[in-house]
Amino acid sequence: MSKLRIPVNEKDHQTGNPKAKAVLVEYGDYQCPHCGIAHPLIKRLLKEFGNQMLFVFRNFPIQEAHPAAMIAAISAEAAGLQGKFWEMHDLIYENQDELYELGEDGMEPFAKKLGLDLKKFIHDSQSKQMNSKVEDDFEGGIRSGVNGTPGFFINGNRLNSYDATYASLADAVVGLV
Amino acid sequence: MILQKGEPAPDFELNATPDQKLKLSEFRGKRVVLAFYPADWSPVCSDQMALYNETLKLFHRYNAVIMGISVDSKWCHMAFEQNRKLHFPLLADFEPKGSVSKAYGAYNEEGGESHRALFVIDEKGIIQWSYLSPDGINPGADGILDALEQMDKTQLN
Repeated sequence: MSKLRIPVNEKDHQTGNPKAKAVLVEYGDYQCPHCGIAHPLIKRLLKEFGNQMLFVFRNFPIQEAHPAAMIAAISAEAAGLQGKFWEMHDLIYENQDELYELGEDGMEPFAKKLGLDLKKFIHDSQSKQMNSKVEDDFEGGIRSGVNGTPGFFINGNRLNSYDATYASLADAVVGLV
Repeated sequence: MILQKGEPAPDFELNATPDQKLKLSEFRGKRVVLAFYPADWSPVCSDQMALYNETLKLFHRYNAVIMGISVDSKWCHMAFEQNRKLHFPLLADFEPKGSVSKAYGAYNEEGGESHRALFVIDEKGIIQWSYLSPDGINPGADGILDALEQMDKTQLN
């Protein structure tokens, strides 16, 4: 069974209860339709078990198949520098179709919707650090055996039973809390 | 059984494009990853090749190139590569059908397709790692990268 090689750490985007017994890590791609399907399932999971679990999202953009996956991932990271990672994360997944129709201003409409400091957002989106953060996430995922998205790990073990249903996620978490 | 660690990798010359052939022995001095897979276009393979497409930079870091091999024709490979924007060669083990796959022990006689098998070959043409995955499961890239990393460590010692 594949194991998570990079333990959850302070660089990770986390939500839920940091002291929870159940830790769910997702390797995801913002333009991947399967990740789009998983997104509301995770929101529901956090609503029901948010105080008993921790959720971590790491980037795994498949760039050639999904041309906007990288810029979307960087935008979420850049929004994170303004304290709005999860807001941007949700906004992108809830408007995934728009990634296929990005104009010259790229992800700026998303940033505007969240009321981000636009100048800072654009600057951060072009920075090497944001790019490396996404690439480092991807490499860690590859080394942990992620072979497609979404790739889930529950308490460090690959969750092979996920089948795009809420029950398959909830069962994994309920078994631990 | 597929060829194992320590065995020499059988040489071959296969079409990489309609007008270009690749010969394994021309890659001496580099590490070569061979990814045999059942067929172009089938969903799992596509994910596997798409994944390797994103992992090229990591393979290059270990002085390795990757090639996909299936029994599909050079024209089929060309269409598949263009459609998926693949940046590494797909070799056509087409005539005699599956002969290279057979030499590596990675041919499925029943289905008439290659098995999903991975080989990491060192600079001298010796297999250093091999892995046979269930046909329906994308084996990912972690095993390949672990093998390449191990080869670096062995060289240092």
